[in-house]
Amino acid sequence: MICKMEIKEKTAAPDNPIGQRKAVIEIRDLRKTFGNNTVLNGFNMKLYEGENLVVMGKSGSGKSVMIKCLVGLMQPDSGYLEVLGKEIKNLDRETLDILRADIGFLFQGSALYDSMTVRENLEFPLRRHKEKLGKTTETEPLVLEALENVGLAQTIDLMPEELSGGMQRRIALARTIILKPKIILYDEPTSGLDPITSKEIIDLMRSIQKKYGTSALIITHDVDCARVVSERMILLVDGINYAEGTYAELSESNDPNVEAFFKK
Amino acid sequence: MAVSQKTGTGTNPMLNSLKDFFTEIGELSYFAGRFFREFLKPPFESKELLRQCYQLGNRSLVLVLVTGFIIGLVMDLQSRPTMINFGAVSWMPNMVGISIVREIGPVITALICAGRIASGIGAELGSMRVTEQIDAMEVSGTNPFKYLVVTRIVAATLVLPLLVIFGDFVALYGSALVENLKGNVSFQLYFNTIFDALSYGDLLPATIKSFFFGFVIGLVGCFKGYNSKKGTAGVGIAANTAVVMASLLVFVVDFIAVFVTDIFYDM
Repeated sequence: MICKMEIKEKTAAPDNPIGQRKAVIEIRDLRKTFGNNTVLNGFNMKLYEGENLVVMGKSGSGKSVMIKCLVGLMQPDSGYLEVLGKEIKNLDRETLDILRADIGFLFQGSALYDSMTVRENLEFPLRRHKEKLGKTTETEPLVLEALENVGLAQTIDLMPEELSGGMQRRIALARTIILKPKIILYDEPTSGLDPITSKEIIDLMRSIQKKYGTSALIITHDVDCARVVSERMILLVDGINYAEGTYAELSESNDPNVEAFFKK
Repeated sequence: MAVSQKTGTGTNPMLNSLKDFFTEIGELSYFAGRFFREFLKPPFESKELLRQCYQLGNRSLVLVLVTGFIIGLVMDLQSRPTMINFGAVSWMPNMVGISIVREIGPVITALICAGRIASGIGAELGSMRVTEQIDAMEVSGTNPFKYLVVTRIVAATLVLPLLVIFGDFVALYGSALVENLKGNVSFQLYFNTIFDALSYGDLLPATIKSFFFGFVIGLVGCFKGYNSKKGTAGVGIAANTAVVMASLLVFVVDFIAVFVTDIFYDM
């Protein structure tokens, strides 16, 4: 199937250098332990407006735990978490839900609701947050727009089980962007996909970033994905941000712990 | 609520099992408390509630009807020789009718639903937990507890009494069929005799306890599924333990219901 994935650019990311932009996510001294296993041991990070930041780490290094703490799906043991100027720890459920409308989350396994059609999957976030888009009744145009963005408008009435893994990931991406979030958190966006489909997903991520000017935090251990999408990278080792820099800087590092990520 | 780790880590297995048992009871009570808090708060997921009522009822109806019919047949066939020996065969409709309406119908239907509904809910929610669908709902700003748990518990509570009524009727019909074939008793006479024998004191407690059966079946299924862990293996465990726990609780609720009813009868 040939998919239309070209997206017209509407909003560009800010032009000024990354360090001079406003931070949309700030993490300070984040710690999280499961039993005797310390996964995050003082992790620090800033994501700037319009930036694509990749966090790489080995499996089980706490990358997913970190982004789940960011959206309140997990509670950290300690540390400071700020998203769009709001400290997550101090938010009540209502305020957190409102904030979540500005944060898109693409789950590792797509997490499509398997008892709902593609249309219902995309309508689901609109049930709570439709007013954010300033439209009161019609959800159909929003659903179609999101599906067209990922080139899968024809699947609107299909069930998730009728879609391939790559298509499911793209539908999940459509569901993520339907509320036009300011930040998108990608949890292993290319895991389990073949190289061609992975490239399609990466292209979509870049197109969406260009179109909506979103900031993106990408959790991955896929070096190719990191190389293409990242403006800046953080390597998460032993629960801390072990190294930080651009792909080019890190890939040329002689540090054995850093080299290990880039070895083919 | 995040279900805590099993507490039993000491060396005494008996003590550990006891600790785990009470931890489970505590977590279930907390879960039930959260249900009541969320149940009373808007928004109300009425569309999902209706869908769940249809799903749960539809999923169990045929099974309840077939089982009810067989229970009615068997009960009549098994009791008949004894009643003939005592010269009390004319009391068959009364005995079978009262037994089915007061005890056997609700309990058998609840046990079937414990197997069908509790395991279904446990597996469905467990699978949603494992595949991060519940997390996706949470992130999208919808309260998954309200959408998934409250609707299912309320649906099970509402649907079970209806299933009991259908099950009772078919069981009585099965019994009537035996009486009609073996004792030449007409269906009309059989049912007239039953309805003469039954009073509100038989129907009301049975109906009320059916609501409680539905509640515990929905509650346990949701509790096990919603808090499922350990990946896909956890889904199987959730479904399995949901059936065991729900079946056990059906008997506990039945005991309490009979005990309370008995107090009212004495008064």
